[in-house]
Amino acid sequence: MELLCPAGNLASLKTALNAGADAVYLGLKNDTNARSFAGLNFTPKKLQEAAEYTKKQGKKIFLTINTFPQAGEEKRWYEAVDIAANTGVDALIVADLSMLDYAHTHYPHLPLHLSVQASATNLGALKLYKEEFNIERAVLPRVLSMKQVRDLAKVTPVDLEVFAFGSLCIMAEGRCHLSSYVTGQSPNTGGSCSPAKHVRWQEQGSDRLTRLNEVLIDKSGINEQMGYPVVCKGRYTTQDSKDPTHLLESPTSLNTLSLLPELAKANVVSLKIEGRQRSPAYVEQVTKVWRNAIDTYLRDPQNYQTQAEWDRALSKVSEGQTTTLGAYERTWQ
Amino acid sequence: MKVSLGPLLYCWPKEKVSEFYQAVAQSQIPLVYLGETICSRRRELKFSDYMDLAHMLKASGKEVVISTLALLEAPSEYTELKKQVENGEFIIEANDMGAVQAAKELKLPFVCGPTVNNYNLASLKKLHSWGMQRFVMPVELSKNWLTQVLSEEKTAFEIEVFGHGFLPLALSARCFTARHKGLSKDKCQTICIQNPQGLLASTQESQPLLRLNGIQTQSAACIDLSPEIDDMRKMGVDYFRVSPSSFDSIALANNLLEQRTNLILSDAASCNGYWHQEAGFNKV
Repeated sequence: MELLCPAGNLASLKTALNAGADAVYLGLKNDTNARSFAGLNFTPKKLQEAAEYTKKQGKKIFLTINTFPQAGEEKRWYEAVDIAANTGVDALIVADLSMLDYAHTHYPHLPLHLSVQASATNLGALKLYKEEFNIERAVLPRVLSMKQVRDLAKVTPVDLEVFAFGSLCIMAEGRCHLSSYVTGQSPNTGGSCSPAKHVRWQEQGSDRLTRLNEVLIDKSGINEQMGYPVVCKGRYTTQDSKDPTHLLESPTSLNTLSLLPELAKANVVSLKIEGRQRSPAYVEQVTKVWRNAIDTYLRDPQNYQTQAEWDRALSKVSEGQTTTLGAYERTWQ
Repeated sequence: MKVSLGPLLYCWPKEKVSEFYQAVAQSQIPLVYLGETICSRRRELKFSDYMDLAHMLKASGKEVVISTLALLEAPSEYTELKKQVENGEFIIEANDMGAVQAAKELKLPFVCGPTVNNYNLASLKKLHSWGMQRFVMPVELSKNWLTQVLSEEKTAFEIEVFGHGFLPLALSARCFTARHKGLSKDKCQTICIQNPQGLLASTQESQPLLRLNGIQTQSAACIDLSPEIDDMRKMGVDYFRVSPSSFDSIALANNLLEQRTNLILSDAASCNGYWHQEAGFNKV
């Protein structure tokens, strides 16, 4: 079971590898990847450096080109594929049909992983991408229950990767327009969810108002622990209840430490840690805990148990300092 | 330009659905999409009921397309999808790549629904090579985007624009309606039937923002691109989709077909931001 960790920059990449990651994923410094925050990501030169460092460690490096090029802009995305192929990354993480087609046609030996943004949740979708583009692996959206992951794993024609830890995206990834509905910027086309320039905090008496493009997403106490403001984790009223509540989800992170044995038994090949936008300190903390957990499991699968100290360490770096099993657990749904 | 009626996105009682499509049969609408696209737990109508409605509409001269589930999770949902694809008579609207695969395998033509990610001509051409006859433009894309696509070359497939109705914004594993009513998804009592236009959610400043429709999140505002119809026609758009939210949607589609602009709008605010490359909820 591979531990796959995020690298927003070279410092995070080194930290992840030193802390025990088997593989890292990263993006170029432009909108060809879905985490195009200022100050993050890699120039072609840095990517080269990152690839060399990773190879020297005997680990793997995957490049995300997982946004959807808009009409007339395809060239830049194709160039990103060319850069990746010439840098010697171990796989590309791709979502768009035209990009999969380009990469498969021009670089048939470069392994392709289907990005979570492609939103493939079922056998038909996986078969399509396998038959047409020979993808080796698919990253599953965070919408399947553990049973559904197990069922899919039994019939899938490709390897499966799942999200193990990090910010909980509660919508089928790649098919959520909540951010673009409010801000005009789409995560799918190179923005990110809730772009920082649209976020505004405002103090009002003992309240803190969180606004996204001037829409009031949440109202909280000044000292309340808040996550990064996204539409799906705001507090709203409904036509039948004037009490503001987290109608969709509260700020919380996904933590599947307790599911590790089940994921291993289902033959999930890779556990993905979310958070390319997070600090090297986060990457180090999370990678260490997960390395420890996976090793503990592999040493003695029968007696594996989540340890309280692991959960404590992960809670500290979680949104709202709480974690959930999300859709893996049917009761969450 | 022609007008289409999108699939009913809400859970209505079976009698009301039948009554609705009887009224559709009497309308001038030439193209009707039919089927459950949101949640497989909604069992008011079964596959055979939809097929009966499809036959009735076909007999009244409509072109009928069977719309498939947008988020496929359980193996049983994929089996049901294959049944829809193999109906032997009507083409499908694929709302997920799994449905594209199911149609492609059988070499059957299909329509790509708005929840399939189509952001460039190369992807559309790929889908066309697999049998796509028409696609519904993803709702977050704009007039400029479509102009660019159409400037690249003459497309061999038709174009449909989601022109009127509440916008489909997101899909989740979680049923927000059940959760709001204190029910679990597995024992949901199909409670979404109580909200025939979804459950309106507003900000703490009373700004209507979202609409909860089971596992789907919609816009609170109603997209209204009817003033753009002339432009769309000139651009080469084939169909203007009306997404039904009440019986009024039928009258509205009729009005559009007769080129009358006195549309019956819902009391929800209208929006058109996406078409103008702005935040979706904006009204330009």
